[in-house]
Amino acid sequence: MEPSALSPQGGPERPRRRGRLRTLLVLPLAALALAGCTVPRFGASPGATTSSKSVFHLWQGFSIGAVVIGTLVVVLIVWSVIFHRRRSGAIPRQTQYHIPLELTYTIIPILIVLGLFAATMVVENKEVANPKTSVVIDVNAFQWGWKFTYPGHGVVVVGQTTQDPTMVMPVDENVRINLTSSDVVHGFYVHAFNFSRYALPGVLNQFTLRATSTGLFNGQCTQLCGLYHSLMFFRVRVVTAGQYQSWLTSQANAAAAQAAQSATSQQISSIVPTKPTKG
Amino acid sequence: MTDVLERPAHAEGHGHEEHGPTGILKWLTTTDHKVIGLSYTVTAVVMMVIGGAFAEIIRAQLSSPNGTLVSLAQYNELFTMHGSVMIYLFAGPFAFGALANIIVPIQIGAPDMAFPRLNALSYWLYLTGSITMLSGFFVAGGAANFGWVAYVPLSSSVATPGSGADLWIGGLLLTGFSAIFTGVNLCATIFYLRAPGMTMFRMPIFTWNLLVTAILILLAFPVLTAGLIMLYADRHFGTHIFSVAGGGVPVLWQNIFWFWGHPEVYILALPFFGMVTEIIAVFSKKPVFGYKGMIFATLTIGALSLGVWAHHMFTTGTVLLPFFSIMSLLIAVPTGIKMFNWVGTMWRGQIWFSTAMLMAIGFLVTFLVGGLTGIYLASPPLDFFTHDTYFVVAHFHSVVMALVLGAMGGLYYWGPKITGYMLNERIGKAQFWFLFVGTQVFTLPMYLLGLRGMPRRMAVYPKHPSWQYLNDWATVGAVLIGISTILFVVNVVYSWKRYPAGDNPWDGHTLEWFTTSPPPHHNFYRLPPIRSERPTWDYNHPEHKALEHGHREPAAEGSAK
Amino acid sequence: MRTEARVLLSLGVFFAIMDAVYWIWSKEDAGGVMIIAGTLLCFLPGLYYFWWSRRMRPRPEDDPHAEPAQGAGVVGTFPGTSIWPFTLGMASFVMVLALVFGVWLLVPGLGLTFWAVVGATGESRRGGQH
Repeated sequence: MEPSALSPQGGPERPRRRGRLRTLLVLPLAALALAGCTVPRFGASPGATTSSKSVFHLWQGFSIGAVVIGTLVVVLIVWSVIFHRRRSGAIPRQTQYHIPLELTYTIIPILIVLGLFAATMVVENKEVANPKTSVVIDVNAFQWGWKFTYPGHGVVVVGQTTQDPTMVMPVDENVRINLTSSDVVHGFYVHAFNFSRYALPGVLNQFTLRATSTGLFNGQCTQLCGLYHSLMFFRVRVVTAGQYQSWLTSQANAAAAQAAQSATSQQISSIVPTKPTKG
Repeated sequence: MTDVLERPAHAEGHGHEEHGPTGILKWLTTTDHKVIGLSYTVTAVVMMVIGGAFAEIIRAQLSSPNGTLVSLAQYNELFTMHGSVMIYLFAGPFAFGALANIIVPIQIGAPDMAFPRLNALSYWLYLTGSITMLSGFFVAGGAANFGWVAYVPLSSSVATPGSGADLWIGGLLLTGFSAIFTGVNLCATIFYLRAPGMTMFRMPIFTWNLLVTAILILLAFPVLTAGLIMLYADRHFGTHIFSVAGGGVPVLWQNIFWFWGHPEVYILALPFFGMVTEIIAVFSKKPVFGYKGMIFATLTIGALSLGVWAHHMFTTGTVLLPFFSIMSLLIAVPTGIKMFNWVGTMWRGQIWFSTAMLMAIGFLVTFLVGGLTGIYLASPPLDFFTHDTYFVVAHFHSVVMALVLGAMGGLYYWGPKITGYMLNERIGKAQFWFLFVGTQVFTLPMYLLGLRGMPRRMAVYPKHPSWQYLNDWATVGAVLIGISTILFVVNVVYSWKRYPAGDNPWDGHTLEWFTTSPPPHHNFYRLPPIRSERPTWDYNHPEHKALEHGHREPAAEGSAK
Repeated sequence: MRTEARVLLSLGVFFAIMDAVYWIWSKEDAGGVMIIAGTLLCFLPGLYYFWWSRRMRPRPEDDPHAEPAQGAGVVGTFPGTSIWPFTLGMASFVMVLALVFGVWLLVPGLGLTFWAVVGATGESRRGGQH
């Protein structure tokens, strides 16, 4: 793997090479353990949920591996481009096989891949686990908007294309999302959560979010869903538990008041302020 | 009018002179694999230019957040047809229809493909399929607009009633059958028409890769064809295979589509891997490093490719994550072996930087980026993070732009063999720099866009300063790539019959460089003895046989293995 | 012939093992069935080649020491030019257009197909002579 590896006198150098290769293997894993403080972000951010942070660390681990291997290969390519240019009409040594070297660059990638898989499984098992929780939000995607229902509270938030709906959820609490679609495939994606999931017709997708900080985050449909796909936004507002409870109460009261009003005025009862018309 | 496919003896043989109709009738009736391959090449390059024009319009639209160049509806049609044209009508047919058709029979010393008439039928199905798909732009309701993956229910008759969608399905049925016939033809040719002494483990890497490609075509394409028929039946015959209302399962379409779709990625990539392998070996004046390892890597990729489809579906929440994760990660291993073998081939060579070699090195670097970012996407948590964002778009554009570099390398390398004339090297090198730099300027900002949360397939996007800045860079890259395509066309026109090539301009290794440029009807007047995977090299340089590491040159110490 | 058989059979065996693991683990039927189909598609020609490889003398292309002269001679007889692939291609085109523009297109489509199939078969039976 290093310049002299192809030379006929490769034998004595083998111990040094092996040491270096071990560093190469251990480095990403060690970095994964240390991740967070001094390791570069590689373009990603830790995000605002517990799993977004572990995804971020996994991202850093993968990136370190990719940068190390990528740099190694680029250096090898550039080296041969510079130093093995055609200088004369002479025919170089026709080396075709170097079995130990070939085995090395078969076995080491296998080990790296197994390491990446192990790290993946650790993060994945945490991310797809669905612990029991009392906070449940039913999210329904439709062309082209979102409907957030808080079962047991009589609260529904709907919005489409021109006005983006906001999903309110409490901080530091497991929030179960029940994701469905009423027409085509949509994608529930919140960038700050480093997470996305398809909303599929006929399938109930469940996952758990646990926000670690309050704030307002942008969400969007990521899977092409027709004409107004580019306009299918929503927001996620993460609030404290107290704020969440008072928000629920006020929404429920408002919904009840409106329901009463529309029942008296029009005979058409709807707790949905702007009932979406499917396009 | 009968042709007896005949293989000449070692002595000066008699090539068949072509006889029969001329002009347009000759083109319509030919069964010569070289003419068919040339038709394929021209058609595929035209498709590349059409798909590229769509890409330029898309990038122009995205250069400002609220682009008004095209409407939302037109934008959906444009990226759908961009993807469809590039994948179905350019990359695939160019890979296994164009150069493979011309080169594979010659590389193994065959007089033609095993089924010449079936080969001609493949081309006609490809051409009519392309016309069918593109004619969607001229019907009411416009072309297909559900993305090149046509996810159900968006592609159902309820969400997309127009006949553009049906034309898309019809075009794919035709090109799908075309691919299946080509796959059968390649397998039969490689298994039955090799020259004496050309054992399986003496076939050039390009031919080996095409064999694995052909096997993958036969495994994958029937699934797509079946899926398309189901989709059509759902749309028009009232079946409910994919519709929830009738008790069907929409995700089944994704399973079927990607069961074809991921092997398809290797169907596209392996032929270009083969081209690049040949180019690097010839221009480094060395044998392919780790020839057998290379073959086993190709076979491993082929074997694993049938078990990775659902890594496109991680975010559906309906697939077995660990299985597809480990299978997809494992594909990195044979791909890495190939990468190191390519570097090993260049190592201590005498590298001649012709345009073809530059394109091949450009391929290595670009594919390295695309390959490494692919490893991220094999990890479900990281895929949840980046799925359907520009990160994925950037990843596969790195890969396919690497393939375009490989394709251009293949055209510069084998063009002289096919036509008998060289392309201009100065224009070629300018083309390379525009293409290579353009590709990086085009793809690298898109990775960042994805990490900053921009989803794909958006016609307009919120005014977000970092998004716009990166989109502008991507547009600049697309313009550079467009210039490189223009330079290629200019080069073909400028070099038209200008620089006669000679039979072996690059000191090639394989049998195609043993015959004339262009090769005669039925390809060979005579054949050399075949004692390794480099018969032409062995014939021209009998004293420079391939060596295992540690073995001395035969001149110094008897004979080497 | 033996290497060809080995390539296909080892792919088939790999797919069979992979399918067993996948199907038992995931209990998802679509993928399980599709990989089985792939397995069989490898075994079908693989076993055919294997069967022949044990019953025939190695061909010149399987012999590492074969001379070019060993392969000289007739490989097969085909029409040097043929209009029938084009005819059949156009027939398929018309039939696919029937999917979009109306069933009536099947009439010329099937007619053309019949004509092309008869023509191509006749051409083969005459050994390519028109």
